Amino acid sequence: MKEIPASGNSKTIKVDYLARVEGEGALFIRYDDDTVHDVQLKIFEPPRFFEAFLRGRDFSEAPDITARICGICPVAYQMSALHAMERALGLVPTETIRALRRLLYCGEWIESHMLHISMLHAPDFLGYPSAVAMAGDHPDIVRQALEIKKAGNALVRLIGGREVHPINVRVGGFYRLPSLASLHGLRPQLAEARKLAEQMARWAARLPFPHCEYAYEYVALSNPNEYPMNEGRIISNRGLNITAQDYEKHFREEQVPHSTALHSVLIERGAYLVGPMARYNLNFPQLSEPVRRIAGELGFKPPCNNPFKSIVLRCFEVLYAFEEALRLIDQYQAGGEPYLTAEPRASSGCAVTEAPRGLLYHRYSIDRDGKIAFAKIVAPTSQNQKTIENDLRLMLPKFMHLSEEHLQGLCERAIRNYDPCISCSTHFLQLHLQHEQRGSP
Amino acid sequence: MAADSQLITKQPHKPKLAVWKFASCDGCQLSLLDCEDELLLLAQEVEIAYFMEASSAVVEGPYDISLVEGSITTPADLLRIQEVRRQSNFLVCIGACATAGGIQALRNFADVSEFTSVVYAQPAYIDTLKESTPISTHVSVDFELQGCPINKLQLLEVISAFLNRRAPQVPPHSVCIECKLKNNVCVWVAHGTPCMGPVTHAGCGALCPSYNRGCYACYGPKENPNSDSLCHWWEQKLGANKSTVIENLRNFNALAPHFKEVSEHRERGDKA
Repeated sequence: MKEIPASGNSKTIKVDYLARVEGEGALFIRYDDDTVHDVQLKIFEPPRFFEAFLRGRDFSEAPDITARICGICPVAYQMSALHAMERALGLVPTETIRALRRLLYCGEWIESHMLHISMLHAPDFLGYPSAVAMAGDHPDIVRQALEIKKAGNALVRLIGGREVHPINVRVGGFYRLPSLASLHGLRPQLAEARKLAEQMARWAARLPFPHCEYAYEYVALSNPNEYPMNEGRIISNRGLNITAQDYEKHFREEQVPHSTALHSVLIERGAYLVGPMARYNLNFPQLSEPVRRIAGELGFKPPCNNPFKSIVLRCFEVLYAFEEALRLIDQYQAGGEPYLTAEPRASSGCAVTEAPRGLLYHRYSIDRDGKIAFAKIVAPTSQNQKTIENDLRLMLPKFMHLSEEHLQGLCERAIRNYDPCISCSTHFLQLHLQHEQRGSP
Repeated sequence: MAADSQLITKQPHKPKLAVWKFASCDGCQLSLLDCEDELLLLAQEVEIAYFMEASSAVVEGPYDISLVEGSITTPADLLRIQEVRRQSNFLVCIGACATAGGIQALRNFADVSEFTSVVYAQPAYIDTLKESTPISTHVSVDFELQGCPINKLQLLEVISAFLNRRAPQVPPHSVCIECKLKNNVCVWVAHGTPCMGPVTHAGCGALCPSYNRGCYACYGPKENPNSDSLCHWWEQKLGANKSTVIENLRNFNALAPHFKEVSEHRERGDKA
């Protein structure tokens, strides 16, 4: 941690263990009346070394093993892993497999976004420590949120087998295709939850938002035909337009002493933003007509540059995911082979998909026996970490008049805007705790 | 058992529940939030006193029941688990990381300093132990709920059993029994698919075989498994090679005593 010049008014904000984020992180800010001197989103999640122990494992295990990086978005890890492996092996999935993967991703977006919207983020806006506490005064909102989340989980369970670490996906396709009847059986629950999701979006749009707008470089997949999940080019609002193959030519991971998560930057440009706000601002025309209409009615046409409003954009993505899921179910053609196979060969492949929290990059090399020789994974929260720190740096001067307690609360909220998934972002790190002691247990 | 049998009936307040995270993916504690139909009911029965993922309100210990997710991998966590034990009357380990070291225990079979240099450009910043170990290596535990991830209904059963001062109904038999109960066609017998079901702890509801897939043992060993014999059959009758056999014993529950032992036999080429 760098030393700053002594100042009579120097103050610190220190949060030893951030609540309502996934994983273990801490915050340290040093500032005085004029300037913010130092902002560190510290991550002390223990290192788990996935990229190292994947080496030597069979290529077919990558989706199941990398799923265990994150219990909240395991489908994202499975999707990036199997698309990367399929590129290495030259497999092109069938239309049915493609549609089912998108359907599975819809389920994960719904359950992951709803977890964040209702249990981690909404309590901030209404001044409660948790959703359970919020349920005392706002029982309908919490119950509806749980119903919506449950429908997302039901979708993941039907296609993937279970909500956390689904078992039905494999390189080349699925172990078993769902029957048409089982998909249609889910339709009423999804249609009902879609209505609730619309109400939720209307409710969220009326929450009180702090006035904070920043100029970000948004980075997301983009695909002319659909809102991006598994396919597309990586684009930005500042002219980036590349394929996944060129990802590492444009993005670099840096290690900083205060975090076990690697920070990712755009080479020669610096921080950038991934996730719902980037997807929404870059891909609004690809959303369904009702979502675009509702967004217009609520005054949320892009660009939306206020990170506190990301809760509303997550609601829009949930609503879209229900509409997309219903569309995919209605068009589903049963039959065909559940998966394609290929003989292993010495090769490499990479892929980017849109995890609920943003771009998720995987690259693998495998040897001729199909054993993994190299693995690289860049999670969304590593990519947003620098932007989160920048937000805090820019936001604080405007709110110096607040009491320290309020300021600290606002800083925690600014972090939660990103739904940071620290379990993911640490590829597996541990902070050197030489400066601060953990406040727990 | 550390549970104080006086505690529940005599204390005037609701039992205090704490949820602790060590090295893990968060999936097992998420199972609690995935109980969409039961979560608010549960909150009426227990006070959710410490659950950082779900609440910024922290109620001081001691806690009546602690759910512990994750394995021990850092010097700081070695100390923290001792404090969690001191603060907890009834300590339940949830999931493969807490009960068997988790997938990150694959480091125990390798050189961790080399691992750090693969992931980090400047390994000197990284502070980690050589091994990932289950909670029971460090403190006494009152119950272990296996699974990667755990089954949320089994988690509710464990909490409910605790509230009602009875033993949890978590059958220790194999996944094979669950297949029979579901009328599944055996993927091994009918399709020649290698399956870990005969040695794997029940609890998932025989998910993989229900999806035409061989079980990969994410629930860890059942009681009294004979995995050496299973490996023999995999190799002799199903044509599985040695690396596949070892990979299936050594994934999410690699340190479960029985799986570890047999994977090491197999690696050395010992006869069963």
